[in-house]
Amino acid sequence: MGEQNCTFVGTKEQEQKLLEVIEKHKDTKGALIPVLHEAQEIYGYLPLEVQKIVSEGLDVSLTEIYGVITFYTQFSLNPKGKYKIGVCLGTACYVKGAGPIIDKVKEKLGINVDECSEDGLFSLEATRCIGACGLAPVMTINDDVYGKLETEDVEGILEKYMK
Amino acid sequence: MVNIKINGQKIQVPKTYTVLEAAKSANIDIPTLCYLKEINEIGACRICVVEVKGARSLQAACVYPVSEGLEIKTNTPSVREARKVTLELILSNHDRKCLTCIRNRNCELQKLAEDLNIQDIRFEGETYKLPLDDFSPSVVRDPNKCVLCRRCVGVCKNIQTVSVIDAQERGFDTIVASAFNKPLSEVPCTMCGQCIIACPVGALREKDDTDRVWEALADEEKHVVVQTAPAVRVALGEEFGMPIGTRVTGKMVAALRKMGFAKVFDTDTAADLTILEEGTELLNRIKEGGTLPLITSCSPGWIKFCEHNYPEFLDHLSSCKSPHQMFGAIIKSYYAEKEGIDPSKIYVVSIMPCTAKKFESQREELAATGTPDVDAVVTTRELARMIKEAGIEFTALADEAFDNPFGDATGAGVIFGATGGVMEAALRTVAEILAGKSIDSIEYGAVRGLGGIKEATIELPGKTIRAAVAHGLGNARKLLDRVKAGEAQYDFIEVMGCPGGCVTGGGQPIQPAKVRMDIDLRAERAKAIYDEDRSLPVRKSHENPFIKKLYEEYLGEPCGHKSHELLHTHYKARENY
Repeated sequence: MGEQNCTFVGTKEQEQKLLEVIEKHKDTKGALIPVLHEAQEIYGYLPLEVQKIVSEGLDVSLTEIYGVITFYTQFSLNPKGKYKIGVCLGTACYVKGAGPIIDKVKEKLGINVDECSEDGLFSLEATRCIGACGLAPVMTINDDVYGKLETEDVEGILEKYMK
Repeated sequence: MVNIKINGQKIQVPKTYTVLEAAKSANIDIPTLCYLKEINEIGACRICVVEVKGARSLQAACVYPVSEGLEIKTNTPSVREARKVTLELILSNHDRKCLTCIRNRNCELQKLAEDLNIQDIRFEGETYKLPLDDFSPSVVRDPNKCVLCRRCVGVCKNIQTVSVIDAQERGFDTIVASAFNKPLSEVPCTMCGQCIIACPVGALREKDDTDRVWEALADEEKHVVVQTAPAVRVALGEEFGMPIGTRVTGKMVAALRKMGFAKVFDTDTAADLTILEEGTELLNRIKEGGTLPLITSCSPGWIKFCEHNYPEFLDHLSSCKSPHQMFGAIIKSYYAEKEGIDPSKIYVVSIMPCTAKKFESQREELAATGTPDVDAVVTTRELARMIKEAGIEFTALADEAFDNPFGDATGAGVIFGATGGVMEAALRTVAEILAGKSIDSIEYGAVRGLGGIKEATIELPGKTIRAAVAHGLGNARKLLDRVKAGEAQYDFIEVMGCPGGCVTGGGQPIQPAKVRMDIDLRAERAKAIYDEDRSLPVRKSHENPFIKKLYEEYLGEPCGHKSHELLHTHYKARENY
């Protein structure tokens, strides 16, 4: 997982909501993961600023929180873009050449996996099998599915969303 | 007690034992790697696996509890093969540059490879090439040498409650690091170095300053003086194969002189000076209704911990610099004047049991004469390396004495090295100041020993002192939380950042987990400290003739104007992230 790469902007309302979540779970054992889940729902991701609030509220070190976040793939340190790109790296897609596809996306957008482009338009994720192995290799952009991809298809597809 | 059978041998062991402890009691050796008594008992590395009758798979002996009728086998083909494969896998992505590794010949992984008769590593896998974290003035992390045993995590998180390193990421990418992979210099690390002495390999080490010291020694323009902390003399011998708890004061002095230092001084003298200043500060605060409890300030790891976590207690900290910093300031002022040496030409080296002292010596405010009070800090381990490098046969050296005027310290100065020592030394002096006469009973047993938090109410002439002593930052946290909550009231608190105090500081010789399973280093080295105290003719700081002279000739009175200029300091709240 990469470094946090966007400036954090959080609202007072979001913080208030998070504090309520912390208050609700505070006294239960193993509160960290449920709180992180709800925090991610509130903010869309879990930047340092959010982790600090959780750390203080639950009295768990930032080091441990960061460890949990980087262990589980469903937690994200970076915001998601308007268009969430998922390139399936399940076995079938991988064998059918998902590697070069994801490299092409990275190159075109100048971002790494789990990062968001500076304009906030795209974020990239390497997903586990999404169950569309017949279409391998597969890429999704929000709810759109693109199958049987060749590397040269990538550029055209991305451009559709840039308009 | 329960009856168990290990390798066919029937034994009786306490029912609280693990299989590892039971085997040890029957003189059966089970190899370990991630296990470190009372610090990391998590069964993570799988090196200590054994066969348990009736169990589906091999079990980790370090966490498997004994029970009535348990049957264990520790030396079967499947056990030997499992251990070997596990170790080979650990070695397969280990940075095996043993020859140039700081832990060469004192490495638990190396020893394990020998003990398990590893002659070939069958797996050539991917290896890490991660950057070093050497931004901290005290601690260097080399993730390429890390075996992910988590012993450092255990001590940092559970014992010290500092928690600036933990396992991050997952699978092959797992790394022990700080949040957001920040360098240790950018997180609330206290630089205590307990992680270093917990590490079985060379993944954690002190920032090496030996080259700077050699360079100064070779510079003819410089007048290089050295001072040694009390705890160094009871541990340095271990680096030369001597038994734990051997006192090597005289040999250490001889070695330093051979290395070329112009003067070999004893930090214990400065500890005596600290007692005069801090004892007076305590009495003044009591008299004038100042902030109480007064908390000691000798331990730089503790100070940094307080600055990060308990800024509301900064006014409670004694304004006294730690002894070696006081000493640096005195050497560059009083000594320089007396000897007619330009203070800017004086280079002060401190030999310390402590890695946090390296950080401390770089604090901007600790520069009373315009240059840093102390120019370089080297740990006990670094000193041992320098002695070896210089080709000095340490064990064959004849004893020599420290140089005067700073040589003849008291027993009170010596006991600074063990938990409770600063408290006891202060009480010896404060009691006599209050009584206005000499007092015979000078040993305060209540503040000695290894209890995490020790409390004592001491009746002194005209004043009852409520005292508390904490060692290890986890205990300090507990104690401060109690004070904060109003659950306990004290006049005087001693805190040492490392469990056991300086004798088991982060810069001391590293003993492997196997040794630490049998021997409590804190107790053995402390015993040597108290023996040294009893061996000295003068055991109260205020009776140190040099200290008396220093006040008469130069400082005036304790906590006076000149003292404040040279010997006292201030603290600042620090950001956490």
